[in-house]
Amino acid sequence: MKVAVPVEKKTLDASVCPSFGRTPFYALYDTETRTCEFMDNAAAESQGGAGIQAAQLLVDHGVGAVITYRCGENAAQVLKPADIALYKAQDGTVSDNLENYKAGKLLPLAEIHPGFHGHGGGGA
Amino acid sequence: MRVAVLSGKGGTGKTFVSVNLACAAEKAVYVDCDVEEPNGRLFLKPEDTRTRSVTVTVPEVEMDKCTGCRNCVDFCRYNALALVPGRLMIFNEICHSCGGCILFCPEKALSEKKREIGTIETGTSGQVTVLTGCLNTGEVSGVPIIKELMELLPEEGDAVIDCPPGSACIVMESICKADFCVLVAEPTLFGAHNLEMVYELVRLFHKPFGVVLNKCLPEENPSERFCRENQIDILAEIPYDAELGGLNSRGLVAARESKRYRELFRGLWDRVTKGAEQ
Repeated sequence: MKVAVPVEKKTLDASVCPSFGRTPFYALYDTETRTCEFMDNAAAESQGGAGIQAAQLLVDHGVGAVITYRCGENAAQVLKPADIALYKAQDGTVSDNLENYKAGKLLPLAEIHPGFHGHGGGGA
Repeated sequence: MRVAVLSGKGGTGKTFVSVNLACAAEKAVYVDCDVEEPNGRLFLKPEDTRTRSVTVTVPEVEMDKCTGCRNCVDFCRYNALALVPGRLMIFNEICHSCGGCILFCPEKALSEKKREIGTIETGTSGQVTVLTGCLNTGEVSGVPIIKELMELLPEEGDAVIDCPPGSACIVMESICKADFCVLVAEPTLFGAHNLEMVYELVRLFHKPFGVVLNKCLPEENPSERFCRENQIDILAEIPYDAELGGLNSRGLVAARESKRYRELFRGLWDRVTKGAEQ
């Protein structure tokens, strides 16, 4: 299964990006092959609906779980029907979070925030 | 003649000036474009009101026709659509009603659906016809309501357009059909800064304009200084006055209640009319 983490830089020592939808990159960790690749987040610069576009990207990449500090309601609505589980990121690097995930130490993301609609320059 | 009343921030007295101007004119249409919090009607108390719905068009999907080709998802620059296994999701609040997804759907699985975003209330208050735009709570943009209000402006006769605060798109829509712009400014540094914002906007739109200095005190007025430095016409100075405060707090129109203010606003109307003709 693939686990996605929003990251500031394309390295495993990078910190988890506080934004789910507008993170510059995602780390995609494959739990079977134990390899990690990084991909650009096409939604980072979008006018509006970044969370939706980012969630769509993860759905398209067949992601099964996301480790993130937070997630907006629109993004969560896209992730849910694709059965993508959300886990709360902890302070530390991407590797720390992946280790904790594998050890079952991460908690499910309990809180879905109402989003920042209209604050991304997307207002009419 | 159509006069738009605007300011860079809320609370400077746009509605106060608009309502009083409309009442000082012989017979005018007052248009409340501050759709997020329209309050001109609190003073004008229109009678015989009728309310009509303002809608925007959003897509609706017939899932049995959708093949998941993603044309719509890829087309939408606002990301109002998402395709998840077995389902096309549509986010109405994000949709900008461009209709592109419907045009690009090869299966004709998408069709138009109307969604109400607010209302327009029409009524009369003495000689004044009152049009009030009202955006539903939680909606992102009032621009479609402003566009409908602009279509309701009479071809002939006088209209006063009470704009939303600021200088964003919604204000641009509100002034686009105006023959003259009245900028209302407060006597503070912050007021002068906000005046500069709308000053830049009306110049960009090549609209004739002038300034009303509101809440004037005997002290130094940074907004007045800004007008002097930029050779801007000062149309009227309204004092910071207890009588006005009293009338306003009781929801009364100064130009209807007080001879002094009736004359002040008639004078302002004359200045505006002359300014628009130049």
